[in-house]
Amino acid sequence: MNPLEPRSRRSEAQEAPGVGMRNSALPEIACDPNRRRFLGIAGAVALALAPGVSLIAYAQSDAPTSAAASAKTRWGLLIDTAQCRPSCTACVTACSSYNGWKNEGRPTDPQWIRKVQVSDPSTGFSRSVPVMCQHCANAPCVEVCPTGASFKRADGIVLVDRHICIGCRYCMMACPYKARSFVSENLSGQKPWAPRGKGTVEGCTLCVPRVDAGKVPACVEACVREGNGAMTFGDLNDPASPIRRAMAHYPAVQLRADLMLDTGVRYEGL
Amino acid sequence: MSVIHYREIQGRSAGFWGLAGLLAAFVAAGLTAAWFMEHIGHIITGMTNQVVWGMPHVFAVFLIVAASGALNVASIASVFGKLAYKPLARLSGLLAVALLIGGLAILVLDLGRPDRLVVAMTHYNFRSIFAWNIFLYTGFVAVTGFYLWVMMERRLNGYTRMVGTAAFLWRLILTTGTGSIFGFLVARQPYDEAIMAPMFIVMSFSFGLAIFLLVLMAACKGTGRPLGDATVMRLKNLLGVFAAGVLYFLLAFHITKLYEAEFRGAEAFLLLNGGIYTFLFWFGAVFLGGVLPMLLFWLPQTRRSRIAVGWGSASVVVGGLALMYDIIIGGQAWPLSIFPGMHVSSSFYDGVVNFYAPSLPECALGLGGCALALLLILLALKLLPFLPESLVDESAESHRAVAGTSTAPGAV
Repeated sequence: MNPLEPRSRRSEAQEAPGVGMRNSALPEIACDPNRRRFLGIAGAVALALAPGVSLIAYAQSDAPTSAAASAKTRWGLLIDTAQCRPSCTACVTACSSYNGWKNEGRPTDPQWIRKVQVSDPSTGFSRSVPVMCQHCANAPCVEVCPTGASFKRADGIVLVDRHICIGCRYCMMACPYKARSFVSENLSGQKPWAPRGKGTVEGCTLCVPRVDAGKVPACVEACVREGNGAMTFGDLNDPASPIRRAMAHYPAVQLRADLMLDTGVRYEGL
Repeated sequence: MSVIHYREIQGRSAGFWGLAGLLAAFVAAGLTAAWFMEHIGHIITGMTNQVVWGMPHVFAVFLIVAASGALNVASIASVFGKLAYKPLARLSGLLAVALLIGGLAILVLDLGRPDRLVVAMTHYNFRSIFAWNIFLYTGFVAVTGFYLWVMMERRLNGYTRMVGTAAFLWRLILTTGTGSIFGFLVARQPYDEAIMAPMFIVMSFSFGLAIFLLVLMAACKGTGRPLGDATVMRLKNLLGVFAAGVLYFLLAFHITKLYEAEFRGAEAFLLLNGGIYTFLFWFGAVFLGGVLPMLLFWLPQTRRSRIAVGWGSASVVVGGLALMYDIIIGGQAWPLSIFPGMHVSSSFYDGVVNFYAPSLPECALGLGGCALALLLILLALKLLPFLPESLVDESAESHRAVAGTSTAPGAV
């Protein structure tokens, strides 16, 4: 599912009438010099405003009908580790593709989500689990950020405001999950919905544009499509949601639960 | 009545300008390195997503810690009334300000977005010890600058004790803040101890006084001003006690860690099988930073030697840098324990000791900050009367005898 598709269709539909009107008005305009001057100015103004208007239209296109995130919702993920195949990296690929980051195997490369092979040395029990930002309620990255660039939305999603991130990397020192990456070099071809920039810190956003548009994160969608459906996304505050119902029946743990961070991502079968 | 005569250094010799030129060259190299780091990105450094703080932070934190410690000599005179230290108080304040500026310059230029410094000054998250440190650092420069003014302006001398006490309390809080940057990191096993705050305070006593002794001896030697043995020996003995204090805190810190099973893996790495980090701890921090200086300062064969004092102080500085490297880099080299007790592996270097090799730009930036601090000290000594004309023992002793009633110019 391409998040751009609905937007493209909508913009085409909006543009079509305008094109027709402009074509039909042309002969009349050519006859009047005053009108020509006026339309020239209007055209220049329109050209100047068009990018801004387009941006507004773009921003609105993926947004849900209501605006602000609500504290009534607590977005979370449940990962059934028994269903997660060691060989499957669909979630990682989907995240990389949707958000535009690339891991080429260098220690400076970002990894917003990764598969970690976990095994108990005393029993041999092993699991392969995706690890990403755990979207903690008591997020250490938010606590330590000097400028407030690391912040938590009302609905529990932890994000980085790239406009005020100064690149001090204290959040990376503080995160218990190694969930954040620092952009160490110039970038190109960023996705408009996933702003990234050299000198700032980044990490899993829980695909916030998709969530705000009523969709599930890209990793969850890929897991359903290509994996075993090991990931469940939903509202942890809603007792009727599938994620809460699953958590009511099966034990789900938090990574480093001893730190009492109240993570939004939970793991079943660890 | 004893009067301390302070005088600017002449600063006209080839040696002065040669030293100033050398330091300026290092500052220029540091600025060039920062420019490349900003334009190309941190990819040209050894820092990665695993070791996120590198060589610049080693130098920066060392200088910031040393800055607060350098103020101790002035505090001993003003706050605790030890008059023998009064002639040294101005130099002490100068070093404190200069070292802090050098350290802050490194920290700022290492930021991913140093151009957003104004953001750091206008957006604050007061739950962050980093945000508090921005106030503590800039406030320290302001308070110490005011302290220097009070010391140097005769009409304000009466406020010296009050302002000196404020500066002393400020430096204690500042170093508490610096140590807490690491002590608050609950996620990382090599840190996560409240004792890091007082440990950093004792480290600051040691590093700051070592740099103070080196600068004092170099300045007096370079300008031909007499420096009495009693002054040097007094400072040297104090430095020996501070170096021992650092060893004590390191012992308490690691014993506490070793007592807790969850930290034993990290402790074994840092103390036993961590390669360069183990070497830097035992040979750098323990031997060079503590044992060797104490031997040089107190063995009968060397305890009266001025050269031994110089080497001992230099050893404390090198040991201090080694300790900072061990704490900052070694602490990050040990992998995070996301799944305690389990074996883990991933494409993101989970479960493995993280590799770090400092690059030339990082070292240039760090050394540039040190050079900036020394250049500021050198130029300040030329521009303002920070250094007494004489520090012969008689002067210091007689000053100690009468200075309680002294209102002479230059009295602290």
